[in-house]
Amino acid sequence: MLRLCIAVLGALLIVAPARAQTEVKSPTLDAVKKRGELICGIDTGIPGYAYQDSKGEWQGLDIAYCRAIADAIFGSPAKVKYIGVTSKVRFSVLQSGEIDVLIRDSEHTFIRNTQLGLDEPADNFYTAQTFMVRKSLGVAHTKDLNGATICLLTGTTLETNIADYNRANNIKINTLLFDKPEEAFAAADAGRCDGYTDDGGSVAAARSTMKQPGDWMFLPETIGGLQPLGSFTRMGDEAWTRLVKWVHYAMVAGEVFGVGKANIEQVKASTNDPDTRRLLGLEGDFGKLLGVDNNWGYRIIKDIGNYGEVYDATFGDKGGLGLPRGMNNLYSKGGLMFTPSWH
Amino acid sequence: MIRRPSPRSRAAQWLLLAAGVAVAWYLGSQAAVNIGRRHATFGFGFLADSTNFDIPFRLIPWEVGDTYGRALLVCVLNTLLVSALSIVAATLLGLMVGIMRLSANWLVRNVALGFIELVRNTPQLVQIIFWYVAVLQTLPGPRQSIPLPAGSLLNVRGLYLPSLEPGAAATTLWPIAGILLIATPFVWRLTWRGLPLGSRALLLALLAIVLYVIGIDHIDYPQLRGFNIAGGIQVIPELIALWAGLSIYASAFIAEIVRAAILSVHKGQREAALSLGLRPRQVLSKVVLPQALRVMIPPLTSQYLNIIKSSSLGAAVAYPELFQIFAGTVLQQTAREIETMFLLMAIFLSINLATSALMNWYNRRIALVGR
Repeated sequence: MLRLCIAVLGALLIVAPARAQTEVKSPTLDAVKKRGELICGIDTGIPGYAYQDSKGEWQGLDIAYCRAIADAIFGSPAKVKYIGVTSKVRFSVLQSGEIDVLIRDSEHTFIRNTQLGLDEPADNFYTAQTFMVRKSLGVAHTKDLNGATICLLTGTTLETNIADYNRANNIKINTLLFDKPEEAFAAADAGRCDGYTDDGGSVAAARSTMKQPGDWMFLPETIGGLQPLGSFTRMGDEAWTRLVKWVHYAMVAGEVFGVGKANIEQVKASTNDPDTRRLLGLEGDFGKLLGVDNNWGYRIIKDIGNYGEVYDATFGDKGGLGLPRGMNNLYSKGGLMFTPSWH
Repeated sequence: MIRRPSPRSRAAQWLLLAAGVAVAWYLGSQAAVNIGRRHATFGFGFLADSTNFDIPFRLIPWEVGDTYGRALLVCVLNTLLVSALSIVAATLLGLMVGIMRLSANWLVRNVALGFIELVRNTPQLVQIIFWYVAVLQTLPGPRQSIPLPAGSLLNVRGLYLPSLEPGAAATTLWPIAGILLIATPFVWRLTWRGLPLGSRALLLALLAIVLYVIGIDHIDYPQLRGFNIAGGIQVIPELIALWAGLSIYASAFIAEIVRAAILSVHKGQREAALSLGLRPRQVLSKVVLPQALRVMIPPLTSQYLNIIKSSSLGAAVAYPELFQIFAGTVLQQTAREIETMFLLMAIFLSINLATSALMNWYNRRIALVGR
C-alpha cells in the first residue's frame, strides 16, 4: 500500500511539472493580466445580484463572482472594474471586447450560445419567471391575471414567455416595458401596473424595494420553465471560459467539501481529503492548468467564501432578501448545485 | 465678387473627402468582419417573420404574431404621434413664454425668465422621469379615479376619455367629413367673381362637423371593470409624461428664439405702428410677429428636429416608441443588432429630413419678397 502511494506520488511529481509547462493560451487572460484588473460587466443595480451598499461598495452574487475571478488571477478581489450594462446592450458590449466577462443575472439560452456566439461557462443561479402582485388585487394564480397589466424590463426573455403563456391559455396579460429596474419598480409601486414580473431572484429584490413589501405576494406558478442564470464569455477563448467555469465550481466545491470562510485555515492545516487538498492548492497543479497560481481556490474560499456563504450574504437572510435556497441548494440537499470531480 | 478656389485649397478639399470615404470604407469593412465573426448574415428578411411580443400602446390594430414589419409601422406611428403632439405644444408654449419674457409687467417677465432658466438648465431625461414618477404616479389607483368633466376619469393608469363610437352611417359620412375639412383651407383662397371666399369657407368645416356628429352611434364612457377602467379612450401616462417632458423642455429654447426674433424687428416698426393708431395687441400680431417669424423659422426647425430625436427618451418611461421596441425587444429577439440600428437611423433620418424640407418650404414661402 505504502509502495503504491509512493508510486502514485512519484508519478504525480513527474507528471505535474510536465503538465504545468503546457502553457495556457488565453488572449483574454493575457489582456487582463497586462491591464492589472478584470473588467466585469454587471447589472446597473438590482438587490441580490449586484447593488451598491450604503458605503458605495458593490455587493451581490454576481459581484462575488467578479471578485472571485479577480482573486484567482491577481490574488486580490479588489482588482475589478465594474461596468454596469443594461439588458439591451449587455451582449454587444461583451462581443465588442469592452468587458472580459458578463455576469449580469443573464439567462443561458440556445440563441445566445449559437447566434450570438457566446460561451455559457457556468450556471450560478437557477430561477424561473415569477409574478409578484399586490395582495389587495385578490389574485391567487397566474392564470387569473387575465386583463391585468404587468411591469417588466425590456430586452429580456420575459416578454416572450408572457406572449406564449397568453396564447397557450387564451388570456391577455398586458405588459408595460421599462428600460431600467428603478423606473419599473417605481411604476409597480405607484400602481401603474397590477404586478411585476422577472426571474424569482429579481422579483424578491423588487419586493424589497417596495414601500410596503408586506403588501406584495408571489404567485405560486412560474412560467417559461427553468431559467439558468450565469456568466457569459466570448466564444473562441476556451482557456478563459474554463477559468470562469472553474471559479464557479471552486465556490460550489467549497460548500460540498465543507470548507468555508470560517474554517478555511483549520481545514487547510488538517485536511487529508484529496479533493479538498487539490481545491486549496495543497497538491496538484490545478491553478497552473487554468493559467493562475495554485493557491487560487484557497484565496477564493478565504476572501469570498463558498457558494452557500455567498448565497446567504446576498439572497439569504444575511442579505435581507430571505429567499430560500430551493433549486440553488446543493444536489445532496435537493437542489441543482454540483461540482464535477476534482481529479 | 466671384472667387475661384485656389488649386491648393481645392486639393485639400478632395483630400478631406478621400479621407472621409476611407474612414467610412474602413468602418463598413470592420462591420462586415464583425458580422462574419458573430456567425451572422446581414439582411432585412426578418421583417417578414412573425413576432412574439406585445406592444402595449398603438394607434393601429396589432396582435402578437404579426410581422416585425407591422411592429415597425406601429412604432413609427407612436414616435410620430408623440413628436407631433410635442411640436405643437412646444411651439404654442414657447411663443407664449417668449412674448411674456418681453412684457412690460415685472412679474410676468420674471416668471417667464424663471421658467426658462429652470427648464433649460436641467437634463431633459430627468424632467421626463420627474413628470412620470413624481407627478403622474402620485395619482390614485383605478378604484379611486378622479372624475373629470364629460365623464372622463384620471388615475395612475392614465387619462380616460369617453370615445365617440361610429354607427353604420359613419363608414361613408366620416371620410366625407375628413375630405371637407382638408379642403377648407384651399377653398378659403379660391375667388368667386373676383372676390376671395375667405371665411365663407368655414361653412365646409361646419358641414364636416355636422356629418361627423350624425355618424356617431353612441358615446362609450370609461368605467371600472375588473382590474382596470374599461371603455373610452385611454391616454397612457407614459405618453403624457413624454409629451410634457419633450414639449416643456423645447418650449424654453423656443421662447428664447421667439424673444430674439421679436427683438430683431426694428424698434422703428413698432413705433410707426403705434403712431398709426394700432393697439399694442395689433402691433404684436400684425406688425411684429409676421416679421419675427422669418427670423424664427430656421432655429425653430432645429428645435423640432431635436424634439423628434429626443422622442427616443420615451424608452425610459416605458413609452413604446421606435427606439424602445426596436433597440430593445426586437434586437434581443432577433439578435440583428446592425440591421435594427441601421433601420432606426434610417427612419429617424427620413423623418427629420422630411420635417426639415417642410420647414424650408414654409420658410421660402414666407420669405420677404423684394417688390
